[in-house]
Amino acid sequence: MAARIEPIAGRYVHLTLGGRDCRVYFEEAGVGIPLLCLHTAGSDGRQFRHLMNDAAVTDHFRVIAFDLPWHGKSTPPAGWEDEEYKLTTAAYVEAVMTFSRALDLDRPVVMGCSMGGRIVLELAAGHARELSAVIGLEAADHQTPWYDTEWLHRPDIHGGEVCAALVSGLVGAPAPDEHRWETLWGYMQSGPGVFKGDLYFYRVDSDFRERVAGIDTRACPVHLLTGSYDFSCTPEDTLRTAAKIKGAQAAIMEGLGHFPMSEDPARFREYILPVLDKLRAARSGPR
Amino acid sequence: MIERLFDLVNADAALVRRGRFLTTDFLVEVGDEPFHVSVQDGRIASVTRGPAPARPWRFAIRASAEAWREFWRPVPRAGYHDLFALTRFGHASIEGDLLPLMANLRYIKDVLAAPRRLGRSD
Repeated sequence: MAARIEPIAGRYVHLTLGGRDCRVYFEEAGVGIPLLCLHTAGSDGRQFRHLMNDAAVTDHFRVIAFDLPWHGKSTPPAGWEDEEYKLTTAAYVEAVMTFSRALDLDRPVVMGCSMGGRIVLELAAGHARELSAVIGLEAADHQTPWYDTEWLHRPDIHGGEVCAALVSGLVGAPAPDEHRWETLWGYMQSGPGVFKGDLYFYRVDSDFRERVAGIDTRACPVHLLTGSYDFSCTPEDTLRTAAKIKGAQAAIMEGLGHFPMSEDPARFREYILPVLDKLRAARSGPR
Repeated sequence: MIERLFDLVNADAALVRRGRFLTTDFLVEVGDEPFHVSVQDGRIASVTRGPAPARPWRFAIRASAEAWREFWRPVPRAGYHDLFALTRFGHASIEGDLLPLMANLRYIKDVLAAPRRLGRSD
């Protein structure tokens, strides 16, 4: 009997980010319109494995997810051992755009979740010409903090355990156990201080409440999808953000939480496939 | 409902194992009614109802009876499905020394959610 081998392929690319060599891991599957996927804070690109195994997506999209430096299988740049990792808006934009250019992606659709959903707003505002659209999952222009990030990285508390236990409540209550726990495993595996460093971007360096009004959705369409169980980026946060972006499309996903693509893939595809269909139709039409 | 923690937690070997390094006392308030929960090596040693003057606790979690009722539904609705969802929306408060809570967060969350298994909301 033939082994069950998934269509996902993984490779490493070397990028110069912040003036330093970074060995960056990425996975991809499918052919067609590039769909560049950005993982949440404190996790990695495996969150998108279900999309990469879905022929309804991969027949039309080249789905690509890379692990940011410090995350997943991307190592931190040399010298990391004496640094406190802190992601900034500038560094995040540089990472996404450098990766996209390095792979010669032709006007990708960029889809990010949580902090990835935050940065796509900045990308739509500042790099519209290089993109064909953005999709923000659990995305808003700002976050109201709901705990102290100091708990995430200290010697008397296990970082992986506390990161996962904190975000566990962001998974939608109806999510299947198998996918709930795989999602949390990603958080348990994160390097020490990485989730906290990502939240520097998410909480401190990315207040886009003024910025988003400058997005031109004719140049770069914006789609926002947020789960009804997400209390970190609430449905209200997303709808408030969408209301400030002329032409933005927003929808609330019933029963889903903060990690829709990994916590409940079957429920998520009901919401994401129509958006992808719409983007495909727009891309094949006149521009 | 909260008194059932003694049976629900102690019968759950995986949950007791998860909390095996925790020995602490915490307070759960259901409306005006305090419950003093004593944990010994991951087992619930006792749940004491009513005021216990001068009895120490490390941290306290307070919510209305209505909020706990929603929290304990088998599939709680959004906003009532997690300890921090409760606090985020002002349905609950946490105070005291949070170190034992945060160091054992999954255990404490699972202990508090244990009554969901009873499959009733009353």
